[in-house]
Amino acid sequence: MVALNELVLVCLAYVAGLFLVAFLAERAALRGQGGALLRSPLVYTLSLSIYCTAWTFYGAVGYAARSGLEYVTIYLGPSLVMIGWWWGLRRLVRIGRSQRVTSIADLISSRYGKSNLLAIIVTLMAVIGVTPYIALQLQSVVLSLSIFAGTGAGVDYNPVTAALWVAGGLALFTVLFGTRNLNVNERHHGVVIAVAVEAVVKLVALLAVGIFVVWGLGGGVGDTLARIDASSIGHWEVQGSRWAALTMLSAAAFVCLPRMFQVMVVENDDERYLQIASWAFPLYLMLMSLFVVPIAVVGLDLMPAGSNPDLFVLSLPLSQGQNGLAMLSFLGGFSSATSMVIVATLALSTMVSNHIVMPIWLNTRQGGAMQSGDVRHVVILARRLSILLIIALGFFYYRVSGGSSALAAIGTISFGGVAQFLPALLGGIFWRGATRSGAICGLGVGFAIWVFTMLLPSFGMGAPLTPDTFERGLWGLAWLRPQALFGIEGVDPTVHAVVWSLSLNALAFVAVSIVSFPDPIERLQGAQFVNVLDHSGPARSWTASVAGSEDLMIMAQRILGAVEAQAFFRAEAARQGITGRLPEPTPAFVQALERELAASVGAATAHAMVSQIVGGTSVSVQDLLAVADESAQMLEYSNQLEQKSREITETAAKLRSANEKLTQLSLQKDGFLSQISHELRTPMTSIRSFSEILRDTGKLSEADKTHYASIIHSETIRLTRLLDDLLDLSVLENGQVTLRISEDRLQAIIERAVTTALAGAGRALQVHTVVGDIDVVLRTDVDRLVQVFINLVSNTRKYCEAAHPELTIQVHRADAVLWIDFIDNGRGIDREAQSVIFEKFYRISGVEGEGAGLGLAICHEIMVRLGGSIHYLAGHSGTGFRVTVPQTAIVEASEKPVLYPVI
Amino acid sequence: MPERRIFLERRSYRMRRVMDAVRLWPLVGLALWMVPLLWPLPTGSTDPMPMSVALRYLFGVWLVLVLGTGALWWRTKGGETVDETDPAAPQES
Repeated sequence: MVALNELVLVCLAYVAGLFLVAFLAERAALRGQGGALLRSPLVYTLSLSIYCTAWTFYGAVGYAARSGLEYVTIYLGPSLVMIGWWWGLRRLVRIGRSQRVTSIADLISSRYGKSNLLAIIVTLMAVIGVTPYIALQLQSVVLSLSIFAGTGAGVDYNPVTAALWVAGGLALFTVLFGTRNLNVNERHHGVVIAVAVEAVVKLVALLAVGIFVVWGLGGGVGDTLARIDASSIGHWEVQGSRWAALTMLSAAAFVCLPRMFQVMVVENDDERYLQIASWAFPLYLMLMSLFVVPIAVVGLDLMPAGSNPDLFVLSLPLSQGQNGLAMLSFLGGFSSATSMVIVATLALSTMVSNHIVMPIWLNTRQGGAMQSGDVRHVVILARRLSILLIIALGFFYYRVSGGSSALAAIGTISFGGVAQFLPALLGGIFWRGATRSGAICGLGVGFAIWVFTMLLPSFGMGAPLTPDTFERGLWGLAWLRPQALFGIEGVDPTVHAVVWSLSLNALAFVAVSIVSFPDPIERLQGAQFVNVLDHSGPARSWTASVAGSEDLMIMAQRILGAVEAQAFFRAEAARQGITGRLPEPTPAFVQALERELAASVGAATAHAMVSQIVGGTSVSVQDLLAVADESAQMLEYSNQLEQKSREITETAAKLRSANEKLTQLSLQKDGFLSQISHELRTPMTSIRSFSEILRDTGKLSEADKTHYASIIHSETIRLTRLLDDLLDLSVLENGQVTLRISEDRLQAIIERAVTTALAGAGRALQVHTVVGDIDVVLRTDVDRLVQVFINLVSNTRKYCEAAHPELTIQVHRADAVLWIDFIDNGRGIDREAQSVIFEKFYRISGVEGEGAGLGLAICHEIMVRLGGSIHYLAGHSGTGFRVTVPQTAIVEASEKPVLYPVI
Repeated sequence: MPERRIFLERRSYRMRRVMDAVRLWPLVGLALWMVPLLWPLPTGSTDPMPMSVALRYLFGVWLVLVLGTGALWWRTKGGETVDETDPAAPQES
């Protein structure tokens, strides 16, 4: 027999060993040593084994002794979840890493718009759900101790004192190793290593007991199986509904239990470990449950009737005098209990301090994060107090419940409570339409049903639910009976509770999510979570960049620690290319900082703290609208710019064409000047020559003198005419001409012109004038019109090559205008020359004559001034010009002609 | 180098099928472990299922699942990113 004192000594030595291991691991991690071991997939898998608590170690055998193979469902569910890692856990771990999630409450609150309300609800539910479980561990340690106490003589054993001691020791361990560093994502290497060691101890202990039972007591595998078949649990007698429901429940709890989330997601170093654990962890579970039935059957055979089957693992070796094995078995159970309590407490305390204590503390201090002083010690203090609070709660639950219920029942109830997170969790990571309202409603409904159908009935008839409530339902409503909701009776209570709570939870969650509308952060976070595998991008950007880097620095120093914060800020400044200590508070930087802080104090708190400094509490719809508005304005501005640029292009094109015109004009001017100097030079040369002859030659006959003088005279006249023409053209072109408006009949005008043109010496020209009855009165500058006609007639007289030149002047009236055609019987003008005959100084080549080539140009200008036009009339054998007189110049026949100038 | 390309295509094809197996394997496990729902209960007229058979079946399935998952891990551990870029993977949204 083992004395209790001896056992306590061994136990203390074991605990001291654990402390040492944890301490060494922490120190190695701080120094950056032992990374290969600390971060190995083996340690990750072993740390997952905190799923196997004292409930597994002791309770599974009791469970099997009572209900046969049903116990195995508790391990089938998690095995399936691990084997199906690709579907859910992979996503969960990726989200946990990319969003730096610190707990399941943090994950759910972060997904639904960083809602602190949701975080508080989840935290409270988790505390309520897990407290019985912690009590269960205390109870199992105390029970196992009592086995030894019962056998030892003269030892005063008080279970409550023992429970208090155990609780105190666990609290001490958790406080020491769980709150050494603040950043949860830096991970608790000491705790994890200790948990891994305990995982090995409990597996070895259970396997040792199992091997002893099968080969030592049962006589080998075949005999043991025969003995099993012959026992009272020798047949398959698990109800199908319980089989399926419990498998599903354990699968759900495996994902939702805060401690599982802690080791699986938060403490995960490498996503690849998940796949290794996907076969290693089911293997661990299989080994843990392999010998459960043999131990139960042999225990039922060998132990006296009425022994507690929950303690067969311990009492069986003890009864066979295997003290060493019993001691190992005790240590295994002790390990199971302590590792679970430590990690569960750690996870819960993180949730409580981040989501309940810190927000309250921040709210009570106005100015919050901006105030001076180190927040770190507040966070750590909050976490330590939370640890003490949770273990104290577990202890009090143990005292109040009296520790009488079977272990398995408490475990199932706890599972049912935390499984209520499942719809919100799965909906959050797979369905973008899931909203905060939906999550709150689903959690509320599920939790209420769980309390009513599972938690409260577990206290038994009497308190707190009266037998009357069981019989007739709550408030006398028959459909509100805790074990027959909606009047459906005959269902197993556990199945009943699980099915109703989870299905109504999911229904409320989906229905409310569908009808409600998420706010912008929720939608952004939803997209981030659901699409985490596509892009692990930033969560959401701070729109305001007014945050002072200094304020952020002060706050970050107090949460991350001065050295770490300064290093973080310096790295960012270096990344931004700023030489100083403080970087620019760009949205990306503020977001990175928020995420860094979130790892210490949780997403919602970090968000609240940063928003206090940055100013804008969050991205509101207004912000989004403002952003949209701004982009619309930018679009408009860009459109304006585009239009302006188009205008500038057009202007440039115009300028270019104007420039071309100017260049052309300049060329024309040059041409004009050279032409005119040539024109002036010719008469000047002859005038000079003949005047020199007159001056220098003494003996000249009078006839010669007269001849030379007349040449000089005629050249002077020609020069004068040329200058007159030029002056005339210049005046006309510049628009400086003043029209002297008068009235006269067309016939008279033509006659005047012909008479003038034919006057003086020259070739004979026969002019036929056909005016007919179109002898209208014209009201125009008659003298100028006469000038045009004279020019045309004298041109014919000069240039017509016919032997007997004839000119026909014909008047037509078409619609509104009056045409006067001048057609001769000459050769006409070549097609090429037709377009340029109105240009200045143009003279048809090969034609002799005294003109300077200005006549037609002047005619053209005059007609434009008079509102009419003149153009070459093609299509006749001879040369033809058509003068068009506008309608405005025609005085209708009814009007009395005025024969004097009207001005 | 056509031969090399065939080799690569075959490899990535194989990898995709292995990832299919990774996805389907838990469903196989679920189906096998839900077989006990069909077993007769002692209340029925038929002979009840002996415990030893039930134990052998459940733990046998367990072992097969563990070995299968381990084998799949062994096959995919070199190319765990394949599933990310696999256009044939089911759309998750």
